[in-house]
Amino acid sequence: MTVDIHKSDGPQDGPGVAAAPAAPESIKAIPVRHYGRYVSALVAIGVLVALVYAFAQGDVNWAALPDYFFDDQILTGVWNTVVITVLAMLLGVVLGIVLAVMRLSKNPVTSAIAWFYIWFFRGTPVYVQLLVWFNLGIVFEYINLGPIYKDEWSSFMTPFLCALLGLGLNEAAYMAEICRAGLQSVDEGQTEAAHALGMSHAKTLRRIVVPQAMRVIVPPTGNEVINMLKTSSLAVAVQYTELLRATQNVSQTSGATVEMLFLAAVWYMILTSVLSIGQYYLERYYARGSSRSLPATPFQRVRANLLSFRRPKGGIA
Amino acid sequence: MTATTTGTTGTTPMVRAEGVHKSFGAAHILKGIDLEVAPREVFCLIGPSGSGKSTFLRCINHLEKINAGRLSVDGELVGYRQKGDKLYELKDSEVARKRRDIGMVFQRFNLFPHMTAMENIIEAPVQVAGETKAVARARAERLLDRVGLADKAASYPSQLSGGQQQRVAIARALAMEPKLMLFDEPTSALDPELVGDVLDVMRDLAQDGMTMIVVTHEMGFAREVGDALVFMDDGVVVESGHPREVLTNPRHERTKSFLSKVL
Repeated sequence: MTVDIHKSDGPQDGPGVAAAPAAPESIKAIPVRHYGRYVSALVAIGVLVALVYAFAQGDVNWAALPDYFFDDQILTGVWNTVVITVLAMLLGVVLGIVLAVMRLSKNPVTSAIAWFYIWFFRGTPVYVQLLVWFNLGIVFEYINLGPIYKDEWSSFMTPFLCALLGLGLNEAAYMAEICRAGLQSVDEGQTEAAHALGMSHAKTLRRIVVPQAMRVIVPPTGNEVINMLKTSSLAVAVQYTELLRATQNVSQTSGATVEMLFLAAVWYMILTSVLSIGQYYLERYYARGSSRSLPATPFQRVRANLLSFRRPKGGIA
Repeated sequence: MTATTTGTTGTTPMVRAEGVHKSFGAAHILKGIDLEVAPREVFCLIGPSGSGKSTFLRCINHLEKINAGRLSVDGELVGYRQKGDKLYELKDSEVARKRRDIGMVFQRFNLFPHMTAMENIIEAPVQVAGETKAVARARAERLLDRVGLADKAASYPSQLSGGQQQRVAIARALAMEPKLMLFDEPTSALDPELVGDVLDVMRDLAQDGMTMIVVTHEMGFAREVGDALVFMDDGVVVESGHPREVLTNPRHERTKSFLSKVL
């Protein structure tokens, strides 16, 4: 404070500036030595090196990975995995929202049905559900939708449809709970304010409640998408040719079994990484208004840094 | 007992309550409220917390359903239609339609946090009244100017102070051009130095002839701007009259002891 006063006196106050040192002398002390940290870091690095060494020593033909990475069969598998993930997730989200609204409705019948659905589909393993869909031909021999569609069950229930229904309907149960939590997280005053303005229930839900619930819904849904991507590998059980099955097919002809598993793992990691980036931007979008200013995206930060390099006197802190 | 001091003869009262009761489960909150609010009147409701002031206010736009009695706004029953001697509950859409004419301002502002001040104000005119965005925006700009926040149109509620948020909330309610404004302790959640700005806006509104029902602890505002005042305690109207009269010469013991604590 005193510095400012002296400065405003004028330029000729040399002694004044000297009398007020710009900054107090900073403390110079010996920092605490965290020996535990050093030791644990060493141990961790040691274990890591040992692991890498073990894998390098093993009888793994690493060259097979790049050879088959963009193999047509593998790419088809990747594509099918993405398709089943997106569609099953879409089914799960739409049905999940419907179930969540049903559970929160004042109608005891719809609420009970939603509760039962969630209880049933969360209570049984998705692998079992997939197999049941696959074998449902025992119960239904034909599918008959009158004049629209009629066929034998076995030719109607393709592996794709099996996987879609098995994964999607199971997902809906989890999404319903996530959506319910999101809807309930929105302050009741919001609904009241909307109603007081003359908005209908439906419009209040769509315009006011859901956009705010999304902030709570998006992060766990991102989790669910990543989970779904990996759970879709269970669709092997219903003959759907997704990534894991594609790698298995390749390994049968190439003989590189373990290598193909690694290849599948790498592809899964690439896909989940892409999804994580998408989630980041989606969360950012729904966070608008919730904090005073949004943090810069990594891309924006990189750009700002590059600009500051180009113009060193630009003064970008 | 009518609570109005200005004459109500000839004109339909804006709000009329006759024997209004309201319970939440076993809790009996309103125990027979009778009062009348005349058009263009500033009607103040005071009383200790838990006395039912806010509940009564919320009954007026049917955010709460009354259990007994009659409550009407501008001559029409709230939440019901009377045919012969039978009452029919109104459909949700009909209730919503009536609420358009009644603006409400909440203690906790309840602005929509995912929308800017401008978006908050044009939301109902566009989504409910079906106005074009251009028309709604033009009016919103006038309203923002009126509440002294012309430069805050693009700000989100989290970027505004409490007083600014409440003034946006008032502008939002006014955007539907209501014939009645309800204020539920509009300054209770504000820092003391921000209260004045909000009261100024309300005073301005009163001078324009808006019918206002104000639940408040601001006795100064009630005395200066209010046309009528009701003191409620334990779900009943204890005393009513002109604000200056009630606030300076309370007749009932309960009013006296309450005022001695807040004045």
